[in-house]
Amino acid sequence: MKSNTTREETRAHIRHLLAEEGDTVFENTSYLNDARYELVGELGADYDRLKDRARSIKEEAIEHLPDLIETLTERVEANGGTVYVAEDAADANQYITSVCDDVGAESVVKSKSMTTEELEVNDALEAVGIEAVETDLGEMVIQIADEAPSHLVGPGLHKSRTEIAELFNTHFDPDEPLETAEELTEFARDHLAPKIEAADVGMTGANFLIAETGSLALVTNEGNARKVVESNDTHIAVAGIEKILPTLEELQPFIELIGRSAGQSTTAYTSILTPPVATPTMPFDEGGERSFHLVLVDNGRMAMRDDEQLRETLYCIRCSACLNSCANFQHVGGHAFGGETYTGGIATGWETGVHGLESAAEFNDLCTGCSRCVNQCPVKIDIPWINTVVRDRINRSDTGTFDFLYEGLTPDAESGGLSLRKRLFGNFETLAKLGSATAPVSNWLANRRESRLLAEHVLGVDRRRALPEFQRTTFRDWFRSRERPIIEEPMRRAVLYPDIYTNYVSVERGKAAVRTLESLGVEVELATPRSTGREPLSQGMISTATERARLIHADLADTIDEGTDVVFIEPSDLAMFTDDYEKLLPKEAYQTLAENSYDVLEYVYGLLENGADPAELSADDESLMYHSHCQQRTLGVNTHTVAVLEELGYDVMTSNVECCGMAGSFGYKSEYYDLSMDVGDELRGQLVEAGDRRLVASGTSCTDQIDDLVGENPIHPIEVIDPERRKGETTT
Amino acid sequence: MPTTNDHAIDELDHARDVQAIQRFREAAANAHVETTYVPVERATEAIADAIEGDAVGSTLPFETVTLPEKVRTDPTDDDLRTAQTGVTAAAFAIASYGTVAIPMTEHKEGPVSLFPPTQVAVVLARDVHPDMATAFEVLARLFDDGTKDVIFVTGPSSTGDMGSLVRGVHGPEAVSVIIVDTTGEGI
Ligand code: SF4
Repeated sequence: MKSNTTREETRAHIRHLLAEEGDTVFENTSYLNDARYELVGELGADYDRLKDRARSIKEEAIEHLPDLIETLTERVEANGGTVYVAEDAADANQYITSVCDDVGAESVVKSKSMTTEELEVNDALEAVGIEAVETDLGEMVIQIADEAPSHLVGPGLHKSRTEIAELFNTHFDPDEPLETAEELTEFARDHLAPKIEAADVGMTGANFLIAETGSLALVTNEGNARKVVESNDTHIAVAGIEKILPTLEELQPFIELIGRSAGQSTTAYTSILTPPVATPTMPFDEGGERSFHLVLVDNGRMAMRDDEQLRETLYCIRCSACLNSCANFQHVGGHAFGGETYTGGIATGWETGVHGLESAAEFNDLCTGCSRCVNQCPVKIDIPWINTVVRDRINRSDTGTFDFLYEGLTPDAESGGLSLRKRLFGNFETLAKLGSATAPVSNWLANRRESRLLAEHVLGVDRRRALPEFQRTTFRDWFRSRERPIIEEPMRRAVLYPDIYTNYVSVERGKAAVRTLESLGVEVELATPRSTGREPLSQGMISTATERARLIHADLADTIDEGTDVVFIEPSDLAMFTDDYEKLLPKEAYQTLAENSYDVLEYVYGLLENGADPAELSADDESLMYHSHCQQRTLGVNTHTVAVLEELGYDVMTSNVECCGMAGSFGYKSEYYDLSMDVGDELRGQLVEAGDRRLVASGTSCTDQIDDLVGENPIHPIEVIDPERRKGETTT
Repeated sequence: MPTTNDHAIDELDHARDVQAIQRFREAAANAHVETTYVPVERATEAIADAIEGDAVGSTLPFETVTLPEKVRTDPTDDDLRTAQTGVTAAAFAIASYGTVAIPMTEHKEGPVSLFPPTQVAVVLARDVHPDMATAFEVLARLFDDGTKDVIFVTGPSSTGDMGSLVRGVHGPEAVSVIIVDTTGEGI
């Protein structure tokens, strides 16, 4: 279990980074993220084709990796180079230092390479008295500052111009203090140029390696990688074994995707080199012989390849799209959201693979599973799933002490030491049942100051968050006790899924859904209210989530076979059916559920398209501000909501933030409260700008967050069009 | 017996080329690259016009286009460090990106296209390919025929690492491309 001190430390660390680096990181990542949306948008339908092709090339390449290593080695050797496959960091560094030693190197100039960061090559070189000089300006900045990269593409992206100027002025003490970006760049360039020429070895990474030709591709904006290669006889390239592609032509989709995904149409230089390169080395009259050493780094990658869940990580081309599109990353940056070397959501996979579970455990909580990165990844990696899997492994490796006390509250399928808080959030269903049965006493008890302090102290539930208010009469109670209308020749039959929130807390939106669907000629049944497994899954409790998924499937399979549709009010539960269940259920079971599930407004949209009569729905020209749920946007069903509302005459404005910041239970956790509110600040701005428009939101956690942000409780879009609302309004 | 009209096909090819060249020039402009389109007779003159100050260059592999007199080929280290402009040939250009592909050989195209602050690339109009997919087919053929090192250049070297975008970082700060029409058909 995560101790209170650790929680305190995490909270302090995040607060510190929000204050120190947050603004610069936000400015840079959101700029790149917006640019990316625009650039991939220009590709139109080609974007998906390129992604599909890139994905299948990577799948094949990793499948045939041992063969590719062999072919590449043969080619490089035939070209006159040497290949060394290094088992781990120590092995790689040993080889690199011995090559440098052989040529009597005093200094090595480097172009940007995350893999050499992973190996800590600079430390290894310096330990044997060889100077390592970073020539990429971003790398140079963090080398001088003695910091770790905070971003896969922009290592110094957390530093503002003024901070860099301060750093340079202190470090170099120039005659005239440096100020503008031009001055800083010029200074750095002039400082580095003689070092590049005077060095004995040029070291690069490789964005891609081509087996059939023995070539490597370097994607850069600065000319430093070219200079490093061209100006030095000895070229050492360091690359993970996963970088190998079979043929030159298979490089094409990656070149088209990598720049755009990072927020730039294409970089200034894409160098496709087959070293030792043909260019004569400067100074020319010394006429040295070129040599080339390719260091292929395993360092856990072969084991990742054998690990069914981590394998996908090896497809990553480190473009940084998943960092820039992540709300948490945008606000806190890679110094919180990252491990020893790698940063962002995908770092969970990389860190687990190359440095081990402990490194991933440090930051893995920061992936909230909002899924916004999934469609942005050029090789279509399911990044949230990798985070869930690793969270599950972390849970199992922890040793808890208090668990036995709470067995009754936490009837889950987990073994091992799972933290108390994870169990509680993961078993929200049980809590909700209990809370509802004893409401209002339970609400009153839960909100007493002592209880909140205790909850914060023991469970890390932030006391500033309002707790859900459980309803004594559940949605299901209401549904059962009411008089059912008789629908002659129903248009469709639907079973409405009463998610835990709708059933025990936000009962009104359930009622609105029933009334709306019935008014459109749908015969509505209620599914058994039980957890889809979403809450346990978000805590990394995969076996519990799987068990819940099986129960749900057993509940619904027959009904679906009879032609009934499943309709959801809560977007994250719909996402379980259409997305996560693919990982939890057998293929056929998954397909049955996924293919017949709909967001409630998506369903209404379909009904209207098929001729349902909207006469009874509440239509109005009211002005609304709609915040769709992040998973709705990933699934592409948010547009239906807007279309329906507009068709009914509403004037709809929409927010455009990646995530509201609450993301399920994340914002309730005391150490993440500040971050959650900081992320929410962007949404707050947009809501405030919306003036007196009525606030509308689809997700429960977004609703809670908006309430905390602006003190107004938004309603669900289904409540907007609820026929009852119309009646209510016409009678007053 | 041929059923197609050869002349019509020529016209079609020509139209496609014209389109690719226009597209290239637009994309190049977006990437801060200047372009000039000239008939072969005026190519040397156009290169001379694009040159700033002292120039170094690598001999062009084209039969019909030669470098202006004042361009120093096979430059020394000092020539490279002091020159204001470097001129090389491009094997092809990619219209959709405004990219030129510079092969690097023992003729020093690498440093010539990297050290001087202004880079001039000369490409034949018929080598302007519409998109990346076509470019890679051509590239693969070049590699089959012995080409080893190629740099795709899209605009001047740049960095955003110092707080805002700056051009001319370990490489040229200006790039200019001369597109040479060898067909005599013009556009
Ligand atoms: S996981 Fe995908 S989006 Fe993230 S860096 Fe890797 S390739 Fe890019």
